[in-house]
Amino acid sequence: MAKVFEKTKGLTDKPFHYCPGCTHGIIHRLVAEVLEELGVLGKAIGVAPVGCSVFAYDYFNCDMHEAAHGRAPAVATGIKRVHPDSVVFTYQGDGDLASIGTAEIIHAAHRGEKITTIFVNNAIYGMTGGQMAPTTLVGQKATTAPYGRDENHAGRPLKVSEMLATIHGAKFVERVSVHNPANIRKAKKAIKKAFEVQLAGEGFAIVEVLSTCPTNWGLTPTEALKWLEENMLPYYPLGNFRTPEEVK
Amino acid sequence: MAKILMKGNEAIGAAAIKAGCKYFFGYPITPQNELPEYMARELPKVGGVFLQAESEVAAINMVYGAAGAGARVMTSSSSPGIALKQEGISYIAGAELPCVIVNIVRGGPGLGGIQPAQSDYYQSTRGGGNGDYRTVVYAPATLQETVDLVMEAFDVADQYRIPVMVVGDGMIGQMMEPVEFKEPKKRDLPAKDWATDGTKGQRKPNIINSLFIDPKELEDHVWRLEEKYKVIKENEVRYETYNLEDADVVVVAYGTTSRVVKNAIAKCEAEGLKVGLIRPITLWPFPDEAFEKISDKTKGILTVEMSTGQMVDDVKIAINGRKPVYFYGRTGGMVPEPDAIVAEIKKIAGGER
Repeated sequence: MAKVFEKTKGLTDKPFHYCPGCTHGIIHRLVAEVLEELGVLGKAIGVAPVGCSVFAYDYFNCDMHEAAHGRAPAVATGIKRVHPDSVVFTYQGDGDLASIGTAEIIHAAHRGEKITTIFVNNAIYGMTGGQMAPTTLVGQKATTAPYGRDENHAGRPLKVSEMLATIHGAKFVERVSVHNPANIRKAKKAIKKAFEVQLAGEGFAIVEVLSTCPTNWGLTPTEALKWLEENMLPYYPLGNFRTPEEVK
Repeated sequence: MAKILMKGNEAIGAAAIKAGCKYFFGYPITPQNELPEYMARELPKVGGVFLQAESEVAAINMVYGAAGAGARVMTSSSSPGIALKQEGISYIAGAELPCVIVNIVRGGPGLGGIQPAQSDYYQSTRGGGNGDYRTVVYAPATLQETVDLVMEAFDVADQYRIPVMVVGDGMIGQMMEPVEFKEPKKRDLPAKDWATDGTKGQRKPNIINSLFIDPKELEDHVWRLEEKYKVIKENEVRYETYNLEDADVVVVAYGTTSRVVKNAIAKCEAEGLKVGLIRPITLWPFPDEAFEKISDKTKGILTVEMSTGQMVDDVKIAINGRKPVYFYGRTGGMVPEPDAIVAEIKKIAGGER
């Protein structure tokens, strides 16, 4: 019988630890498929973050380097400067990238560091148990925002893609979502483009992927997908903010 | 090779490049700025990379990435900057990666001052970052010793897969002395087959990591590190001793302070007083064995530091109650005067303390 589908070689056989309904698994697969399709698994070096995706180093079938909270872009910078011909990527959540690691991501982008960042935004801290993230929506409840995020107290959620798109060295910035199959396909396209920008030596590339957290949102997996669509999309508009052509 | 007159910070940079260091990630702070400035000038000439990071935290994490990728890499800073780097140093130690970190110490706490001090002894020798770990710590007293140890530091780091710190004070960084660059003794260095340099489809993925979620696995890892540290203690301790056999008083001092102490000892000898010296060259591992050579006739031990007395703890552990331990120190960036040290030595010799 002809084989019509097989798992990407970009992932190991290690089972994911993610909660049911969490979209990290989908995003991992998209990144892995892109690395395989581009034929760069042998020269890929990934940097895993702290947070829910901390074990990413066990899942991607390429060399991996675990970083401290927020520091993945700095670690990736060190790797890329030593091996300029390698394909270096960071995989980071919103607590990691938009809070403790804002300096590192902004300056990696600012230097035009030739790395690719996959930024998973689920508007909450996952692994530490549902605390408020910089990306938590106004009114959204979190364990450290028990009455809902108050704009006057904690500010409005940070729009990372819009912010990075103002930086010259950021050559590719796109926000995508994985709440339905059509958007998953668009997300893969953006991820592929972000790696192609690195391969072409253009500069820093980031894809922000809107993602779910059924566990900490207190929703079922299907409710979580709907919540993302109804609440996150209006505040975090999908689309491309920056391509190398625009930057020139 | 002929001797060259160089400034301390620049001599450190030259020694690192001669030792094969190709990557330097740093952030400006006084009094070590001539070192990153030297690297910015010289590293591109040898095909290396100097990068000024956005912070000390980013700099040490760039070192972490580059070390994991298999490179000879270095960073430098001064006291408050090293405090910021401690997070990364703990990760580098946990992941067992080689790198060299230079601390040109200034007075503290907080912003402190910019004058030479030795008040980072605890920060250097007690881990500094979180967890059970050690770093090899060299404390040179002259610029010649500084360049020798910087060159050796890269080999020691590679041999044991460990971060190595070279601790000089602001005096070492800022003064000028003639130096000669000599090859360190040959070591049998292991291949970096663990590095994240891309599988090229030829091997299984390498993972650089310090996370062990299973407590038993972490305990095994920590005890394995401890075994490695024991091997380092057995093989890498360095110190200088002088006249321990018939000393009335033994002085313990390292770095710049040891040079002032040598002047004080010479003054005492001129007056017929016999004074010995133990000068730790490695602050970790601490030269415990040197203290076994102190004779029974010695009345006491005087520790002299440019701090409020941090190395005193290690001296007391090393002498283990056999002799009384006294302390004299200046801090805040003040350098002890030989006469003040002579006065302390005389008090101990005369039974006044």
